[in-house]
Amino acid sequence: MHGLINRAIQGFVSDSFGTSRWRAICRGARLEVDEFEAMLHYEDALTERLLDAVAAEIGVPREAVLEDIGTYLVSNPNVEALRRLLRFGGENFVEFLHSLDELPDRARLAVDDLGLPTLELREVEERRFTLSCRFSIAGFGHVLIGMLRTLADDYGALVFLEHLGVEQIGAADRAEAIETIEITIIETAFAAGRRFDLGARADA
Amino acid sequence: MDAMRHSKDARPRREGPDQTQNPAEDQAPWAEMSALLDVFCPMHVFLGPQGELRHMGATFAKLVGGGIEPEAQGAQQAVGRRFLDLFEVLRPRGAETMADLRALAGEKLSLRLQKGSGVTLKGVLAPFGDGVVLNLSFGISIMDGVREFDLSGSDFAATDLAIEMLYLIEAKSVAMGASRKLNQRLQGAKIAAEEQAFTDTLTGLKNRRAVDHVLSRLIERGGAFAVMQIDLDYFKAVNDTHGHPAGDHVLQQVARILVEETRRGDCVARVGGDEFVLILDGVRGLDGERGRDELASIAGRLIARIEEPIFWRGAPLGISASIGIAPGEGDGAALFDRVDKALYAAKHAGRAQFRFAA
Repeated sequence: MHGLINRAIQGFVSDSFGTSRWRAICRGARLEVDEFEAMLHYEDALTERLLDAVAAEIGVPREAVLEDIGTYLVSNPNVEALRRLLRFGGENFVEFLHSLDELPDRARLAVDDLGLPTLELREVEERRFTLSCRFSIAGFGHVLIGMLRTLADDYGALVFLEHLGVEQIGAADRAEAIETIEITIIETAFAAGRRFDLGARADA
Repeated sequence: MDAMRHSKDARPRREGPDQTQNPAEDQAPWAEMSALLDVFCPMHVFLGPQGELRHMGATFAKLVGGGIEPEAQGAQQAVGRRFLDLFEVLRPRGAETMADLRALAGEKLSLRLQKGSGVTLKGVLAPFGDGVVLNLSFGISIMDGVREFDLSGSDFAATDLAIEMLYLIEAKSVAMGASRKLNQRLQGAKIAAEEQAFTDTLTGLKNRRAVDHVLSRLIERGGAFAVMQIDLDYFKAVNDTHGHPAGDHVLQQVARILVEETRRGDCVARVGGDEFVLILDGVRGLDGERGRDELASIAGRLIARIEEPIFWRGAPLGISASIGIAPGEGDGAALFDRVDKALYAAKHAGRAQFRFAA
């Protein structure tokens, strides 16, 4: 797993619950370090243990942790850079949704070894979409729900999101999870949203 | 293309949306072309025969309209102004009239907007009717342009790479920031590791920290060792004459000699530029095993071998060494004080020799 992803989990826990809780979680997950490097790679299994430890420490299901991480990633001022990079995807929420297909490519433009889930948006009917998310481990779909819900607010759109479940495919050694999310847009210009100033610059 | 050809073939007449005598025939190509360019090139402008602004894309209007909202009003105010009053042609040089501009058709232009912070733009123009059409792009100054004119995604053509460019600039600077942080942490860890190291990286010998460590252990254990402090003579001359690489070579050769002339359990260290310390273990007083005579013969042998020419790029480098020797008695500070005095005595007596501590 790319260090940026583990680093995101670290940022979420530290910023939301404090560094002492973070260290306790690292001990609980039997990690050798309590600081992830954003530009290095780590074992996938380590990320799995980490997420389980976070869920146990906070006392909520793992899915809820993942969704909160998604919300954190696009709303916390400490990671404002990411919100800005995502907002480059489109001028309005629907345009943004259509940009999700190219999200892994966009990420690779910035960090060429960053592997993100393969995303595919389908327009089921007017204002109703499904988003399929394919990745080596399950759970990213919940992160996406947190991100999409918060970004919808950001764009001033009113949406309804639902996780439709996970399907495991492939042999054990190269197993992949496909998660499906349903997105219903109730109102595209529900509120003013947050301004996106193209020329502004967020500090990393 | 069709519209352009049509207008070129046309008989002399006045161009413009409200100045034609035969609207059905003359206004069509103009209107079609401007409608097309409004979609494809929001930073285009139509110039009339006198170089006056006739019609412009919405983003061009933002550049010259001075922030008058809505854009259409800014554009209205700018219509009729002379293009060369608003922009300076930086390259090719010397374009000051409409005729000059016309001659630059198809060439890559570099332009500067006269007002504001003077952002530079890229441009290209083509003749159209009795005037020209000019299209602009921010080129490398995209970031400044977007900031200064408060542009958003819809100010660029859907096919324009400007937004991707801005995304890339921002994404790269975020990624570089993360890499820089990692490098700083690694640099900090490297310094910390070096501070904790016991090895002199140039010679592979032990360092000052190691000497302190070994010495305190031996003192705790009690006696039965001796300390030699070795200072190279004429080393500075080697450095000054042949440069630091030669000096480094000499230090490495001396280090090899020191290791060869001592036992495995002895501590051989470089503690300063050309200063070395040997801690010889297993010394049973100055009369016993590895006593005064043996220490003297080790010191003598060291000096003799160090005095053998060391070759650097074919040239022999001649150095020597002065040595102070003290038996391992008392605490570390007192011990080094005595060995230091012995070294000073050796230097004072004319160098290239050893002295025992009094």
